[in-house]
Amino acid sequence: MNFATIAELAARCEEAGQTISAYMLAQQSLESGRSPAQERQQMAAYYDIMKEAVRRGITTDTTSRSGLTGGDARRVMAMLDGSGGDTSAGSHATRAMAYALAVSEVNASMGRIVATPTAGSCGILPGVLVSSQERYGWPDDRMVDGLFCAGALGYVIANNAFISGAEGGCQAEVGSAIAMAAGALVELRGGTPMQCAHAVGLALKNTLGLVCDPVAGLVEVPCIVRNGMGAVNALAAADLALAGVRSAIPADEVVGAMRDIGAAMPETLRETGKGGLAATPTGQRIAEALFGEERP
Amino acid sequence: MRFKDVFSIIGPAMIGPSSSHTAGAARLGRIARQLLAEPPVRADITFYGSFADTYRGHGTDLAVVGGLLGYDTDDDRITDAFAHAKDEGLEIAIGRGSMAAIHPNTVTIRLSGTGGTMEMTGCSIGGGNVAVAAVNGFSVSFSGVSPTLVIQHTDRPGTIAAIATALEHGGINIATMTVDRKGRNGEAMSVLETDQPAGEDVLARLREWPAVLDIRIVYLAGETPKEGRA
Ligand code: SF4
Repeated sequence: MNFATIAELAARCEEAGQTISAYMLAQQSLESGRSPAQERQQMAAYYDIMKEAVRRGITTDTTSRSGLTGGDARRVMAMLDGSGGDTSAGSHATRAMAYALAVSEVNASMGRIVATPTAGSCGILPGVLVSSQERYGWPDDRMVDGLFCAGALGYVIANNAFISGAEGGCQAEVGSAIAMAAGALVELRGGTPMQCAHAVGLALKNTLGLVCDPVAGLVEVPCIVRNGMGAVNALAAADLALAGVRSAIPADEVVGAMRDIGAAMPETLRETGKGGLAATPTGQRIAEALFGEERP
Repeated sequence: MRFKDVFSIIGPAMIGPSSSHTAGAARLGRIARQLLAEPPVRADITFYGSFADTYRGHGTDLAVVGGLLGYDTDDDRITDAFAHAKDEGLEIAIGRGSMAAIHPNTVTIRLSGTGGTMEMTGCSIGGGNVAVAAVNGFSVSFSGVSPTLVIQHTDRPGTIAAIATALEHGGINIATMTVDRKGRNGEAMSVLETDQPAGEDVLARLREWPAVLDIRIVYLAGETPKEGRA
């Protein structure tokens, strides 16, 4: 890949008069030695898995093995359908949220998903993309573009900071996914590469400091709900960027801040299931009930 | 770059619930199996850091064992990996280690087969991506995403040149190469990540070289996007 920062990526795209997705696809093809068509095919297969996970999550029982979670996507869909779309966040945001919950619940119940960028944050991109596809009537091919754009942005974040909760807290997982989804949506809606960059900066700023504190160490509480609300945040960040709002701190510097904050996070707040929500009385009770003596 | 391409960010396709604690763990198990180069009959798995704290909740133990049985990240047999291990005569011991881990998600896997033993330490670095850090006491660094040759040899002059020549003859391009040795004229391990898998001809050529003691091939193909599989 011949870009290491968001600024570099956006500048190269603007120079070449290309979208981030087209640029990423060309770079990926160079890196792998496979044709762009083959690379697109791979991404399309992933998109199919995402759509199937959305479908499963809103139509089947997603009770997790622990019994802690499941069924929230269906609850939200029932409200959406029952209210004729008149939800507090508006029907589009509510649908994105339901779809994100759906995929996260499928993940928690050991179903098949695509890590985007991780399994903990696997609901956000499908939530935003699948709901937007239905809303705007975009073909699958266009959604594949969206995934390449999201992948390019995530690639920079991952290499300059981290994308795992164990290394950098939830800001690294859910935060990165929101930033990737926001940037992708900006491109799909006709925004410029610079606007995509601002979307990343704006989105990531809003999740800085978010800790990773899964109850009983399970990717369920708070992960699933963070995916649902993360999808809504991504829509909001895309709107900000498309409206011309700029991230006063450039995206790359926000990524740098995320890295520094993650490095400063105590281990208890980095996926050890020992701090934050996991350490609350209820969190500990749940862990105790599930794993009893065997839990640390 | 720790993350090499777009599919290290979008992907892998996997059975939940955690890319680092489930998918990455399955890949580390699979790499260990490839390093042993035969079906393991006994596995001692030691978890460190976040792995040690949360492996049960994430099914990290199931995933490592699934990997040891050769399963891909999206293979739903992972959910019953212990039962399958029993069927295949693989005995498993799982423990938690307390040494300062090199990474929050670290596992050490000791395997024995009918022909030999192998010890590997690896880390799951996020999004299902992994980094192997040690093999049989040698420091290494590879991910298994590219075809990888793990060559144990005596530290004799000309060995590295011979390895490079053998690969060149086979038309194999070397992407990265690292060497670690246990002391002057002692044993060494060279790890080569290549752009193409090395064929039998290349391996035969390498084995001819007297300093080469052993060659293992690691390649996660079949579960990685690079192979065009979902
Ligand atoms: S809380 Fe931790 S495990 Fe859950 S989504 Fe966030 S980073 Fe992942």
